[in-house]
Amino acid sequence: MSNNSSSRRFSITMAVLLALLVALVGACLIFGSVDIDAQAVLSIVMGHDSDNEAWNIIVRQSRMPMIATAALAGAALAISGLLLQTTFNNPLAGPSILGVSTGAGLGVAVVMLAMGGTIGKMMGDVAIGGYLATLLGAFIGAGAVMLVLIIFSSIVKSSTMLLIIGMLVSYLASSVVQLLNSLATEQGIQSYVAWGFGNFSGVTAAQMPLYASLIGVGLVGAVMMVKPLNALLLGTRYAENLGINTHRTRIALLAITGLLTAVVTAYCGPIGFLGLVVPHIARLMLATSNHSRLIPVTMLAGADIALLCTLLSVGGDHGVIPINAITPIIGVPIILYIILNRRKIQYFN
Amino acid sequence: MAIFETQNLAVGYAHGKQTTTLLSGLNLSLEAGQLVALLGQNGAGKSTLIRALTFATRPIEGKIMMRGVDADTISKAQRARLLGLVSTERIQAGALTVTELVGLGRQPYTGFLGRLSDDDHAIVAESIASVGMSHKAESFVANLSDGERQKVMIARALAQHTPIIVLDEPTAFLDAASRIETMHLLASLAHEQGKAILLSTHDISRSLLLCDQLWVITRDRRVLTGPTAQMVHSEAMNEVFSNSSITFNPTHCDYESTED
Repeated sequence: MSNNSSSRRFSITMAVLLALLVALVGACLIFGSVDIDAQAVLSIVMGHDSDNEAWNIIVRQSRMPMIATAALAGAALAISGLLLQTTFNNPLAGPSILGVSTGAGLGVAVVMLAMGGTIGKMMGDVAIGGYLATLLGAFIGAGAVMLVLIIFSSIVKSSTMLLIIGMLVSYLASSVVQLLNSLATEQGIQSYVAWGFGNFSGVTAAQMPLYASLIGVGLVGAVMMVKPLNALLLGTRYAENLGINTHRTRIALLAITGLLTAVVTAYCGPIGFLGLVVPHIARLMLATSNHSRLIPVTMLAGADIALLCTLLSVGGDHGVIPINAITPIIGVPIILYIILNRRKIQYFN
Repeated sequence: MAIFETQNLAVGYAHGKQTTTLLSGLNLSLEAGQLVALLGQNGAGKSTLIRALTFATRPIEGKIMMRGVDADTISKAQRARLLGLVSTERIQAGALTVTELVGLGRQPYTGFLGRLSDDDHAIVAESIASVGMSHKAESFVANLSDGERQKVMIARALAQHTPIIVLDEPTAFLDAASRIETMHLLASLAHEQGKAILLSTHDISRSLLLCDQLWVITRDRRVLTGPTAQMVHSEAMNEVFSNSSITFNPTHCDYESTED
């Protein structure tokens, strides 16, 4: 009986999120700093050239890649948050709060400096080999922070302590980035600051295949971890008793989270809050911790919220608002709601 | 042949490069259809022994045999079909329903994504029924009492369809009624379903009433074993506590202080 009701709840949630996705994609195509008539947008998206050449370029080379970038980044960060929360048995874990994003940023900074470039320009001007190196830097940086967290999580059992350690690692990584920046040029610092604001328009149509396929690999990887993730809800000892190799599982989860966070951070900057908040939205919508339903809903909700942030950032006459100025406005109230209501929320008990 | 036995087992814990042996030279065995209680004072090594017997830690020495095969040579996945665990570990499964939680017990048998077949669903329902929780099958784990939660965790172990079940202090956080229910449930699972069940407990009088065998860890760290009736009348029961004024009264089947 309730099996049906929970699967009905899942179908309805997915349908709502999909409808929202379509609406948000439409809105992001239509609204922007340049007014383009909705019908013209539709026909350009369908492949018909408009008489206004600028519109063609804006829609195809700016708005469409930005929408794809945002949706994929949102899904990736949300899944990273979910995996971290389950792995560390800590509902307040997330890639930005635990310093994984900062670690990726540090990796990027190190590579850029070693290559004599500046951090902010990394994805734009650098040749293919260059941005592969930057990606690798981001991945190593994120991975290093994940390793530190894994090591500390086996020493300190308290989830609060782990969060504090994540923040400390994050501060440390930022200070190293600042030090590196003091060696960089004036322009480098400026573009680093711009990168730190968060931005979904940095992936060009040419870079899209690599960006999308790396995130695709991470998301498919997460789906394949459904079974061990559910076992980990029972803790390490029960998971081991169910035949799960928890050590290997944690390393796989580390790799997937590191990959997703690193790719998004390298291309879009350190985006805060999405990874922390979206898994909670998904759990509250579904009323479950079961990853087989949680993972698809988390992905879709992540894409939706990233698109909403994009719309607020670029839609309208105000010019571009940084993504990281918007995510806390959406994220903080939700986190406060969750903290205040934790005794009533099933997954805390 | 015993379904589960240890050969010259030594258990303890490691701190840095040093290991401390708590119990050694253990030759213990579990038979199908028997309920066995592991007794001992706090710090005697009950949990350490349980951890080693459930492969959470490696023994310092010796072997564990399952159905006559060295457990070291059995894969983790295979062991999951032989031994089920109920521990005191904190779980974060409040937002799973009882059915979903018990369904996790089927993981050793399910495919890559953990989807349950119709057979699996039937086994889950049956396991929930055998602990008397069918009326709560669709409740969230978060909304259960401690006693109900413990029954559900036992149902999860039952769904794992293992011939051996090991429970680490299953009655520790339960009220008197739930303690009695849980112990009777375990006795009936052993005697009616033919499971070999080992539990560590402080609930001595209840264990003496329901358990077939006792494993008693003495104050000088020996493990004495035998049928309950025989153990009760042996000196073993008086070698449990360091405090010698605490003595065992076989008539009351419980400890008492001789000081007053």
